[in-house]
Amino acid sequence: MTSITLRVNGKQVTASVEPRLLLVELLRENLHLTGTHVGCDTSQCGACTVFVDGASMKSCTMLAVEADGREVTTIEGIAAKDGTLHPMQAAFKECHGLQCGFCTPGMVISSIDLLKRKKDPSEHEIREWLEGNICRCTGYHGIVKAVQHCAKNGGAGAVGDATKKESTNA
Amino acid sequence: MLEAKMGQPIRRKEDQRFLTGKGQYVDDLKRPNQTYAYILRSQVAHARITGIDISAAEQMPGVVAIFLGKDVEADKIGTLPCGWLVTGKTGPMVEPPHPMLVTDTIRHVGDSILMVVADTKDQAKAAAQACVVDYDMLPVVASIAAARAEGAPNVWEQAPGNLCYDWEIGDRAATDAGFAKAHKIVTIEITNNRLVPNAMEPRAAIGEYDSGTGDYTLWTTSQNPHLIRLLMAAFTLHVPEHKLRVVAPDVGGGFGSKIFHYAEEVLVTWAAQKVGRPVKWTCERFESFVTDAHGRDHVSTGRVALSKEGDFLAMDFDTHANMGAYLQLFAPSVATYLYAPLLGGVYKTPAIHVNVKAYFTHTTPVDAYRGAGRPEATYLLERLVEKAAREMNMDSIEIRRRNMITTDMFPYQTPLAFQYDTGNFQATLDMALEAIDYKGFEARRKEALGRGKLRGLGFSTYVEACGIAPSAVAGSLGARAGLFEQATVRVNPTGSVTLFTGTHSHGQGHETTFAQIVADQFGIPMENIEHSHGDTAKTAFGMGSYGSRSLPVGGSAIIKATAKVIEKGKKIAAHMLEADVADIEFKDGNFTVKGTDKAKAFGEIAFAAYVPHNYPLLTLEPGLEEQAYYDPLNFTFPGGTHIVEVEIDPETGVVKVVDVAVADDVGTIVNPMIVDGQIQGGLAQGIGQALLEEAAYDEDGQLLTASFMNYTMPRAGDFPFFKVGNHATPCTHNPLGVKGVGECGAIGVPPAVINSVLDALWSLGVRDMSMPASPQKVWRAIQEAKAKGTSADAE
Repeated sequence: MTSITLRVNGKQVTASVEPRLLLVELLRENLHLTGTHVGCDTSQCGACTVFVDGASMKSCTMLAVEADGREVTTIEGIAAKDGTLHPMQAAFKECHGLQCGFCTPGMVISSIDLLKRKKDPSEHEIREWLEGNICRCTGYHGIVKAVQHCAKNGGAGAVGDATKKESTNA
Repeated sequence: MLEAKMGQPIRRKEDQRFLTGKGQYVDDLKRPNQTYAYILRSQVAHARITGIDISAAEQMPGVVAIFLGKDVEADKIGTLPCGWLVTGKTGPMVEPPHPMLVTDTIRHVGDSILMVVADTKDQAKAAAQACVVDYDMLPVVASIAAARAEGAPNVWEQAPGNLCYDWEIGDRAATDAGFAKAHKIVTIEITNNRLVPNAMEPRAAIGEYDSGTGDYTLWTTSQNPHLIRLLMAAFTLHVPEHKLRVVAPDVGGGFGSKIFHYAEEVLVTWAAQKVGRPVKWTCERFESFVTDAHGRDHVSTGRVALSKEGDFLAMDFDTHANMGAYLQLFAPSVATYLYAPLLGGVYKTPAIHVNVKAYFTHTTPVDAYRGAGRPEATYLLERLVEKAAREMNMDSIEIRRRNMITTDMFPYQTPLAFQYDTGNFQATLDMALEAIDYKGFEARRKEALGRGKLRGLGFSTYVEACGIAPSAVAGSLGARAGLFEQATVRVNPTGSVTLFTGTHSHGQGHETTFAQIVADQFGIPMENIEHSHGDTAKTAFGMGSYGSRSLPVGGSAIIKATAKVIEKGKKIAAHMLEADVADIEFKDGNFTVKGTDKAKAFGEIAFAAYVPHNYPLLTLEPGLEEQAYYDPLNFTFPGGTHIVEVEIDPETGVVKVVDVAVADDVGTIVNPMIVDGQIQGGLAQGIGQALLEEAAYDEDGQLLTASFMNYTMPRAGDFPFFKVGNHATPCTHNPLGVKGVGECGAIGVPPAVINSVLDALWSLGVRDMSMPASPQKVWRAIQEAKAKGTSADAE
């Protein structure tokens, strides 16, 4: 067992873990942050995407011990402290970017990361960026619309500290 | 007065929890002191087990118990039932047993051999892998062709030639007479590729037993918890309903694959009692690929007899359907009653005959997957119609228009049992043509050609059947269950409403759609309505969500229940307002005495019902809660036109979908945003089938595409935005006029894609293309056509 200390959604966490434990298992099993989902065994589906030091990362591709000393943000830490949805979360709701909700946490985080890197991506760039996140429900229609909507309405902004401004219908 | 909610694109109530990570899927749940199960799956397709040695595994750390098939048998656990008895020309289908854990013979890769229960998931898996299974390999039939081959080994002794049933529908003599007077006969042979549903949430189940009460609880990823409880009580676990609670909490997509009763549901519930601790099982994705029921897998021949003018005189279809190794819950009906009657399509073909033979193979069982039979029918028919147009030198639109059922013909009795109540196939065709800019297509084709690219336009005009089903009709055709739906409307004392339904939402947005309906019925805000579903302890009963039935059947039950509430409310209001009940009107949330300003608000009536101080107690019970069951009078028949435009790079064979325009008639629309979302999602699965997806088996029965690394799931980059249009002709036989929308996207679009690909490649001489039209297949077809030197000009 190895002792690790990391920050998860702004809170310091210390855990004793097996070296083979995946970050996603640490989050789900040890920390009960079940918003991060497991949809495959092969790092294809992206349902487990979280932020690690501000960059989106499939948490099934990373060992928990690799997260030692790092900052992890899961879907539970995306909305503002007062519960206001992050603009990307609000955009997903506005544009019907989710149905069953299983891929949604990963989609939201990956989409926020895209807008952090590129303020106004083209439709093509959005679709290519989301290559690592699979959705079986929406046909991606509402998801791509949501990213466009968010970009057009002030961008992604900071996570965990969203502005009070609600995303409005375009 | 509140604004009407019906017809509004109201944003979903359920989104808040899903967007913030607060959804509660089965794998998110943890029960106190729970154990973990791992099921050892067969890695070979056909073998006789000669020994299982678990002695080493039993000694491994954390192992609580190891269960074999003989343990299941010893406890008289039943086998997995089939829910539909198809009777064919020579008698009832062959119905082999489907054990929870095999005892002697393995029949497909993924067949379940034993279950280890341990303190942790890793311990259970490690111990399962330490179990030694000895077996003798047996010969394999992994495809319909192999199953039908002369001297093929039998999957089941009781099914010689691997035939499950040989079934027909339609008038043979009338069909033959139609062919006898044909000016031209056009024939097509096609394969409908096998698919893996791949809901993003893998299946999971937790069983728990309370030794104090003798109560069992199962949490499971199901589209229909009451159906699972019924099957477990009657056929598998033999624990009666009042001692068994089944909960399907948030479920991450189903698409049919989570309708069925799976062995794990029984095993964890049974084992929980045996080990005295909760038992949790979560499917790995590889396991999903080999144990979730697959979809499609038909090989068919279709023939149409045409008059000189291009009228369809008769059609004849011959289909071979792959059932897999066992009969899944609805499988026999999917390839017959949910398939063949749709081969009439939107056309007034006077005589049609369909023959279906179903075969066992050493593959994962096949069952309903989004569309369930109707995509197979639509693909066969619309490919045939397109081919007929080509061979008759007729325009693709013209041949369809000429043969289409017209609006004055409804209700329309098809020659294949169905009676379509409404529709307007011309209107949806016109809408879709407009949306795709049909007139501008030749210019776009020319422009693409200038860039060295090949453009094609492909059509599909379809009708399907939803809202399964009138119970008596289904029963007469072999269904072993009723197919009604139930809703309970509980008006709480302060006027809020809790709605309980037997349908289950796993992405469809019922919590919003149903609240819109109830809000309008009662004239109350949507915030005052909560929808409860998916828990047999809360909801009385229901058959669940599949076949696009939640709104046409379940929504009708909701309307009936709300009507009963209003009826009772009127009696309470009449008493309170000292008026005759016949004079009470209910509108906009108020009970009023006709022609006066005397009124009681909905909330006041609710309060009076629970605080009955001024109440007609001698004639009316207190409380305000009503239940309704609704059994549909007919299927509903959504339909429409799907048009796909593709652009092909002849150098690489890559097919790019550049435009998709659809116009669907799904009847009255409650929430257009959710309706469009359902269609968009269906389109993605349909285009996925046509271009990307295939469950490919090798001849040894190994699934070659058993992970997301080699089964091509559609990605965002595979699609453009979809142009979705609606043209409603309300259903005539249910109170909302709704037809169901869950499946039409996946049903209509596959032939439009392939017709489009063929249109693009026609000038090169390519005459056939199978699904999925992968780059390799398209490139090869182009090369072969070039080598043959055929071209449209040469013909």
